[in-house]
Amino acid sequence: MSLSGRIQHKNLISASERRTQKVLEQDSLDLAWKSRLEFLLKYGSSAGADLIEIFLESTDHLGVLAEQDTITNVSPSFGKGAGIRVFKGNRDGFVSTNDLTESGLKNALDQALGMLGLEWNASVKAVFNGLKDLEDFANNKNHWLAHSPDLTEISEKILEGTKCLGIKGNHLQVRRGSYSRDWQEVLVAASDGTFGRDIRLHQSIGLNVLAEDGIHRASIGRRYGTSGTPNDLQNWKPELSAEDLCDSAGKMLYADYVNAGQKPVVLANKFGGVIFHEACGHLLETTQIERGTTPFANKLGTLIANEAVTAIDEGYTEGAFGSLNMDDEGMKPEETVLIEKGVLKQFISDRAGEIRTGHKRTGSGRRQSHTYAAASRMRNTYIAAGKYTPKELINSIDQGLYCKSMGGGSVGPTGQFNFAVEEGYLIENGELHTPVKGATLIGEAKEIMPRISMCANDLDLAAGFCGSISGNINVTVGQPHIKVDSITVGGR
Amino acid sequence: MDNSNKNTGLSLEREYLRDTIHKNIKNLPIKQWDLGASCSSDSSVQVDNGDAKQMKSSQKSSITLRVWNREGTLGITSTSDLSESGLLKAINGAYQASRLGNPNEIPQFSSLAKDPLPKLERPVKDSIGIQNLFKLLKSAEAELLHSHKAIKTIPYNGLAEANYSRLYINSDDAYRHLNRSQSTLYLYARAEEEGRKPRSSGSIRVALGTTELDINGCIKEACRKTLSHLNYKPIETGKYLVCFKPEAFLELINSFGSMFNARSVLDGVSLTKKENLGELISVPFLNINDNCLHDANVGASSFDGEGTPTRNIPLIKAGVIENFIHSEATAREFGVKPTGHAGLGAKVSVGLDWLEIGKTPGKLTKKQTLNYKSQSERFILIEGLNALHAGVKASQGSFSLPFDGWLVDNGEKISIEAATIAGDIREVLRNILHIEDNQTITHHGICPHIWVSNLSITGEA
Repeated sequence: MSLSGRIQHKNLISASERRTQKVLEQDSLDLAWKSRLEFLLKYGSSAGADLIEIFLESTDHLGVLAEQDTITNVSPSFGKGAGIRVFKGNRDGFVSTNDLTESGLKNALDQALGMLGLEWNASVKAVFNGLKDLEDFANNKNHWLAHSPDLTEISEKILEGTKCLGIKGNHLQVRRGSYSRDWQEVLVAASDGTFGRDIRLHQSIGLNVLAEDGIHRASIGRRYGTSGTPNDLQNWKPELSAEDLCDSAGKMLYADYVNAGQKPVVLANKFGGVIFHEACGHLLETTQIERGTTPFANKLGTLIANEAVTAIDEGYTEGAFGSLNMDDEGMKPEETVLIEKGVLKQFISDRAGEIRTGHKRTGSGRRQSHTYAAASRMRNTYIAAGKYTPKELINSIDQGLYCKSMGGGSVGPTGQFNFAVEEGYLIENGELHTPVKGATLIGEAKEIMPRISMCANDLDLAAGFCGSISGNINVTVGQPHIKVDSITVGGR
Repeated sequence: MDNSNKNTGLSLEREYLRDTIHKNIKNLPIKQWDLGASCSSDSSVQVDNGDAKQMKSSQKSSITLRVWNREGTLGITSTSDLSESGLLKAINGAYQASRLGNPNEIPQFSSLAKDPLPKLERPVKDSIGIQNLFKLLKSAEAELLHSHKAIKTIPYNGLAEANYSRLYINSDDAYRHLNRSQSTLYLYARAEEEGRKPRSSGSIRVALGTTELDINGCIKEACRKTLSHLNYKPIETGKYLVCFKPEAFLELINSFGSMFNARSVLDGVSLTKKENLGELISVPFLNINDNCLHDANVGASSFDGEGTPTRNIPLIKAGVIENFIHSEATAREFGVKPTGHAGLGAKVSVGLDWLEIGKTPGKLTKKQTLNYKSQSERFILIEGLNALHAGVKASQGSFSLPFDGWLVDNGEKISIEAATIAGDIREVLRNILHIEDNQTITHHGICPHIWVSNLSITGEA
C-alpha cells in the first residue's frame, strides 16, 4: 500500500470523532497494552513481515533558565507517541504517530507494511507465538517523576548557581544557569516475543558565563548530568561549579589565539573523551558499516590504535548519563569492549545492524523519541585508564597544546573529525604555560588512533549529548588524560 | 489569513482548540491566552545500491499554549497530546509555570497579530506516495553511481515530502493559519581512487512538491562536486585570499545571526549593541536583507510564532546596520514594530529566516576585477563550512572551522585535503574586497561569490 494523493492529517480528527473513538491512552504504558499489541503484531505477521517492532513512549520534559538573578524561562512539555517498524529481509519500513487510538496504530502499521509491499492476508497463518512475560525494568521507578525536584526547588538551586557566579567571577557580562529534566516511559513489543518496559530519568544542570573587558571576551560553560536519581540535584554543588567556571573564564578572557600547525597535544580527562567519541566511536557503529563510511569495516582482530588504547562502550554505570537498563529495542545493554590494547574487538550493533551486517546486537539500539527508528548508538563510552600520571604526559612534550576543556565536535562521511577546544594552554618544556583560545583539532581516525601513545591513570566520565541518525541522545564520554603525538591544530 | 489554505484539517480544529481552552480555564485565574499549533505528515526514503534502506512516514501534531495569570505573569506548556485531557494538562502546566513567570519582561500579544498578511503564492502540492519516492530515488542513485567509476557509494541520500499546517490563535480573536508542502532531495556521494583517500560531496534540492524537484540538476551537481575533490593535496598553513561560494558565506553569516538579533542584544550575548544601529559595520558596498518573502524561499511563512506578519527587513545597507530582528517584547523595548521573526515562548526566541546578500547598488568594491572563474592570482575557493555548531563563538565573533574547498592557482583547481579557516566575523565584514554580481539561489538564501583578504588557513602540508 502506498500513500497517494494529498497526505491527510489523520491525527487531527474532528472533535466529535475524538470523543467517540476508542482511545488506548491511559496513564501508564504497561501490561494492559499486551493484548492490543499482540493483535497488531499478529496482524503484521499475517502480512508476511519478518519482524514487527512497536515502540510506545510517554514523555515529560521540564526546562528552566535563570539569567543573572531572575528566572526568565520555564518550559514544560509532554507527549505520547508510537514508532512502528517492520522488517522484511534487509529492508525496513518505519512509521511514527502520536495518534495512539486503535485505528491510529493500525493505520500506522498498514503504512509500514505497505512500504514493503506487504498487506494483511486472512489466509496466511501468522508466525507469532505471542509476547513473552513483560520484562519490567521500571518496577522500582514508578515514583521517579513525582520525586523529582519541583519548580521551586529547581529555581532556588539554579539561582544559587548564578548568584555564586556573581560572587566568584570578574567582568561577567552574562551569568546563566539552566536545568533540564527528561522523563520517559517506554514500552517495547516485537513479534519475536520481546516485551519490555522501562522508565528513564535524565537531569542536567549547567552554568554559563560571558566575560567581557574592553575588546576581550570569553564564554565558558559547564554541564553536570546524571540519570536515574530523582533527587540528584541535591548533589550538585553550585559554589564549586561556579568557582571552576569563573577560574576558567578569568584565564580565557585575555588569552591569545593559538598558532596553527601540527603539534603534540594532551587532552584532559572527562569531557576530553569527546575525541574518541567523534574520532572513532561513531565509526564503530554498524550504521557506518551499512553506509560504507567506516575505514574499520573489515578490521576486526587487527591493530587499529596504539597498544596504549583500550576502549569500552557499556550500557550501565549507575548514574551515568548514557546508562540504560533496556535499550530502545527491548534488549539489556551489554558491556562492549571495542578496542583492547589497540586491537578492534567488536562493533556497536542494533537490530538492523545485526540483520544487515551480521554483527551481534549489543543492546545499543537507541533513539531520541518515537519519531526515530532505533539505530546503533554509543552509550557510556570511554578510553580505559593507563599507567601514567597526567603530569608525566605533559612533561613528555617540549612544545605542544594542553586541551583542558573541549567544545563540541563532529565526524564527516570520510571519517574526518573535528572538535573545538574551549580552554587550552601552551605546553613549553614539559610545563603548562599561557592560556590560548580559538583552537580546532582535526584529523582522521585511522591516522590519529595510532598516535594516542600515553594514557594516564585518572579516568573520569562526563555527560554529553550526541546528535546522529536517530536523533539527539544522552551519552557519557570519558577518558583519562591522553597524549596524541601529533594532530592538526587549526587556529590563526 | 493565507487564502490558499481554506477548509483544511487544521482550520477545522480552531473551534475545538479555542472552545476546549475557554471551557477549561474558567476555574483558573487566567486573564488571557494564546497558542501556536502545528501538524505534519511526511514520508521519506533512503536507498542503498538499489534497495530501499529505510522507508519512513510520520504524523505529528503539537501545540504550545501560553497563559497570563491575574498578576500578569506568563507561563507556557507544549504538548503533542491534543485530546481534551491533554489540553487540560497543558493549561494546568502553563498556569503553574506562570507563577514563576518573569515579572521584569512579560511578552504581550503582538500589536500586528490581526494585521493583513503578505500574499504568498505557495500552492500546496500533492504527495506522490512513498513507493514513487523510492522509485525516483533509486533511479537517481543509479544515475549518480554510473556517472563516474570513482563514485562507489551514495552513503547519505534521501527523498522526502511533507505537508504541514500551522495555526496561531489568541483570546483576543487573532487567527492565523497556513498550509504548506515541501519536498527535499539530497545526494552525498563518496568517491575513491586506488591508493587515495575517499572524498565526499553532495547536493540538495528543495521544492514545493516532488514533481517540481530538479532531480537531474541535483545528480549532476553532486557528481561534479564530488569528482572535483578527487585531485587533492594538503595545503600549507598561512594567510590567503579567500573566495566564499554563496552557500559558504550564507552559512557563515547565519552562524553569527545574533549580531542582528534584538533578543541577543538585550541579553548581552550579541557582538552588537543597541547604539550600533546606524553605524558602519562592514565595507560600504555590502547589503544584507532578511527576506522571508523572497519568491525562491520555498518554506516561506506569512506570519511568525506570535502571529506577526513577516516582511523584508534590511539588516545591513551600504555597510550600515539598519535594523535588528524582533519579537513583540524586544520591539517594545526598542520602540519599534515587531518584524515577524519570533517563536512562541515565555522568553520568546528570535531568529533569522532567509538572507538576501548582495552588492549595494551604485557602489564600487575594493577590487572590481576579481572573478572566481578567471582569477589568476592564487586563492582559496570555499565551497562549504563544517562543524559550525562547535567552531563558531558567536558571542566573541571568532570562528575556526573545517571546510571543503580548493586552492586555485592560475586557473588550476586542486581540492584541499583537510584544513580549517579561522578569523573574526567583524574583520571578515571589513575585509571584503569584492562582491560579485551574479547571485545564486540556495536553500539558505541568495548570495553571490564574496572575496575576503588575509584569512588564516591551517593545513597539513
